Amino acid sequence: MSTLATSMTSRRMSNQGHVAVGLATVAVGFAVSAALNGLSPSWVIVWSFMLYPIAVYVSSRILEDRRQATDRLVRVSVTLAFVVVVLPLASLVWTVIREGAARFDATFLTGNMRLTPEDLAAQNGGEAVGGAFHAMVGTLIVTSVAALIAIPLGLFTAIYLVEYGRGRLVKAITSMVDVMTGIPSIVAGLFSYALFVLILGPGTRTGLAGGVALSVLMTPVVVRSAEEMLRLVPNELREASYALGVPRWKTIVKVVLPTAIAGILTGSTLAIARVIGETAPLLVTVGLAQETNLNPFDGRMTTLPVYTYYQYVQPGIPTDAGQSRAWAAALMLVIIVAVLFTLGRVLARVLQPKGMR
Amino acid sequence: MTQSTIESAQGSGVEGRTGRFGDRIFAGLSKGAGVLILVTLAGVALFLFREGYPGINVDPSEMDGSDTFIQYVGPLVFGTIFAALIALAIAAPLAIAVALFISHYAPRRVARTLGYLIDLLAAIPSVVFGIWGIRVLAPLLAQNVYPWLGDNASFIPLFSGSASTSGRTMLTAGMVLAVVILPIITAISREVFLQTPRLHEEASLALGATKWEMIRQAVIPYGRSGVISGAMLGLGRALGETMAVAIILSPSDGYFWSIITNQNSNTIASNIALKFPESSGLEVNRLIATGLVLFVITFGVNALARRVAAAGFSGADG
Amino acid sequence: MFIRTKRFAALAVVTSLALAACGGDSADEPAAEEPSTEDTAEETTATTAAAPASDLSGTLIGAGASSQAAAMQGWQAGFQAEYPNATVEYDPIGSGGGREAFLSGGTMFAGSDAALKDAEWELSKERCAGDLGAINLPHYISPIAIPYNLPSLDGTTLQLSPATIAGIFANEITNWSADEIAADNPGVDLPDLAINPVHRADESGTTENFTDYLAQAAGDVWTYGEIEAWDADGPGGGEGAPQTSGVVAAVAAGEGSIGYADASQIGDLPAAAVGVAGSFVEFSPEAAGRIVDSSERTGGRNEYDFAISVNRTPDSADTYPIALVSYHIVCLEYETQEEVDLVKAFMTYVGSDEGQAASAASAGSAPISPEVQAEIAMSIAAITVAG
Repeated sequence: MSTLATSMTSRRMSNQGHVAVGLATVAVGFAVSAALNGLSPSWVIVWSFMLYPIAVYVSSRILEDRRQATDRLVRVSVTLAFVVVVLPLASLVWTVIREGAARFDATFLTGNMRLTPEDLAAQNGGEAVGGAFHAMVGTLIVTSVAALIAIPLGLFTAIYLVEYGRGRLVKAITSMVDVMTGIPSIVAGLFSYALFVLILGPGTRTGLAGGVALSVLMTPVVVRSAEEMLRLVPNELREASYALGVPRWKTIVKVVLPTAIAGILTGSTLAIARVIGETAPLLVTVGLAQETNLNPFDGRMTTLPVYTYYQYVQPGIPTDAGQSRAWAAALMLVIIVAVLFTLGRVLARVLQPKGMR
Repeated sequence: MTQSTIESAQGSGVEGRTGRFGDRIFAGLSKGAGVLILVTLAGVALFLFREGYPGINVDPSEMDGSDTFIQYVGPLVFGTIFAALIALAIAAPLAIAVALFISHYAPRRVARTLGYLIDLLAAIPSVVFGIWGIRVLAPLLAQNVYPWLGDNASFIPLFSGSASTSGRTMLTAGMVLAVVILPIITAISREVFLQTPRLHEEASLALGATKWEMIRQAVIPYGRSGVISGAMLGLGRALGETMAVAIILSPSDGYFWSIITNQNSNTIASNIALKFPESSGLEVNRLIATGLVLFVITFGVNALARRVAAAGFSGADG
Repeated sequence: MFIRTKRFAALAVVTSLALAACGGDSADEPAAEEPSTEDTAEETTATTAAAPASDLSGTLIGAGASSQAAAMQGWQAGFQAEYPNATVEYDPIGSGGGREAFLSGGTMFAGSDAALKDAEWELSKERCAGDLGAINLPHYISPIAIPYNLPSLDGTTLQLSPATIAGIFANEITNWSADEIAADNPGVDLPDLAINPVHRADESGTTENFTDYLAQAAGDVWTYGEIEAWDADGPGGGEGAPQTSGVVAAVAAGEGSIGYADASQIGDLPAAAVGVAGSFVEFSPEAAGRIVDSSERTGGRNEYDFAISVNRTPDSADTYPIALVSYHIVCLEYETQEEVDLVKAFMTYVGSDEGQAASAASAGSAPISPEVQAEIAMSIAAITVAG
């Protein structure tokens, strides 16, 4: 009976109906804009957007029933929310691409910042000098070190919390992980610095120290998201596996983890995202270098965020040269992240058991 | 918890020895990881406390601003929570809506791409968000929105005072923070919404529910704990966000309710970023002590969230 | 310059030698406190001079003030071109952090917007070899301009006396049409517009130097003294923006805004001419460079130390009084010959005409005057291996 009603009502609010409601909204938006903000196209759009859900609700309320009206209101609001969210994000990406493209050239991709006086003179003449290859390498190394520490650590902790743990230790770890999300990034940097000074003496600056600092920031994100995803794996799956006599660890490896893998990878990428743009802790622990350094155990490195930040705030003369490098480095960072992301996604698809969505 | 079922399953294990042995290693590894986190955190806390304590009990006359520690940290705590709440108030509803859009409204193939894009945006470094905020969003708001709010809505305390001409306000900072945390909340919410058991959804639809009713009955209860977790991760990020706030906010000393002027309470993380490099001696200790306070705030927020989320639905808790 | 004349002749000789051949014979050097150190000094300088430039190798590591980051790019380029096997790395972690890293032995030199404090100097005696401690070398002078955003002035340069500047930044003068501003700018049509004073939100040497100027030149209006952090110690109010780029952007964004910022970074914004000795001076690198000449060395620690108390109220109208003076802090004695060679070669380069030209080109700094260069070179020549 209710199915019939739905199909009947949906016929009543037809496509033409939607168009009519839309046009009416724009007209009202026009009027409101004229009354409040003076007539400008952007304000008309803004008001129309804000009024559209109300218009849809009211018209559906009149033509259909309350349940349908609410359903339509939610559908329209959710879609509009998406548009509203995409706007700033698109603007951001567009800004990075537009500003970054200026210096996204071969010199930038292959060069470093060990400049000569001739380079500086050329830069004053408006030429493109200086690169960020060393910073790309640095970011990849430091972030990899952090990920190699934090992801296994966080994943195993989450497994412990969900599959094994009980009692006070679980409570302690859970609340400590929560506290960890609140560590200001500079504090993580200082902690790692102090640790390595203790071991290796004053002035130590290595990629490893930076990786440790970042892993302190990364771990809680990995734990919390992985924990959440593991909890969502239905217990029926685990019990079915146990019933077949599969030991618990194998159940976790073969059943629980693959089921949750997409979520875990999303969480891990979020964790990488949390740290890949950090500046302050890296400056304290890794320092700055003009040239490529491939060894995380010895010597300083430059990372892209540190590079970006200092080229942006201390561009020197001409100001544009440094700031263009900063934007190009920001673009590079985004591209690196995009590549990592795509890899993660592909991996998730390969690892996910067949038959899952 | 699942203990009883798991243990009974173990008892009847067929693989016997090897299974047990593998299990012991695996259990040891995972427990070790948990303990290592505890140790690390204890190390950080110890370090924080050792470095921060001298900054708490210090003679105010020796410091910048000659405030006691409480006077110093008070406005920062206020600013931190205020900014984070503005961000959460803007981001959480939008993020949940977007997650629903991707998981239940958009066509499947489009949804995959959209999910990917949103995740990707979560990875944009916050420095970039900050620079974008000051270059694009702040001028936009300062020219179009703040003067209007200042003229027409100043009877609301939030919009009183003279509107900023450059847009470096609490509202701008809150909005940029919202953009920073949106992808995080969206990504996690979407993931849990997608995990809603098909059966629940279909049962609801079969009973004649509209799509929204189905979501309210099946999807949201199932995903509640995950959504709250996501929101808390977002809130944690907003509380601790450094560079985006440092670049955008025009800070002053004191408590300010208006969110459209140049006078704003700073946040703890941003204050550390701004003051740390040129500080020395006891001032450094005091800054680290404010970091300790941030620690406590985050802990409180998360404890609260845990309690709220505990009432939720979880597969493992079944 | 407050140099005792009897030292000046000797100085000039040493300097020319030092500049020409990285030291050379230091027999003419004025007697040091300890003869034994002096002997070593001669040996070292001789060795350094004997070694061809290309033989100098190793990595010199420094950390400190971010204000020097752009200048450092120029110095690194010039120095490494001269000594291809040597590398200079510099972490712009901030003055405080830089001094701390240096004092803990983590770096070989520090860049700092402030000279070592007394307690820090005591520590430096432990950090450095020997017992002479560290010295401050004022190697970087960066003029601070006062940019403003008043399109209606249409090209006329705003003139501001110290008391007016202090009044504006202390929030006592709040409108551009105020009498004080009109008095400084006779015949200029000033708009009836609220003033939005922009200050640095971060702690910075720029704020410290700017407020030191206000305190010295208009102490009765600016009662807050020399401060590093505006919001904690200053008058409050106004707009806070991080870093030089933030201040410049904030001034550019709002009509009626005025700020203070690194002169090389203000771009197209006009900068106010500042009242000095009865007339108004627009900033120029040369005019700002003279500021160290008219300043007094605080002294007291040892004769090589070049910590200065900047005189912000010069008598002559050819000096621009608002500038950031930033130091390199180095030990007088190091443990190893390698450290001495690197530090000496780099500091000599930075203090030379080429070095000062390099930072002027890469960061828009003001060159230190030849007289001060000469005196600093003497201090650098005294750096030796402990023994």
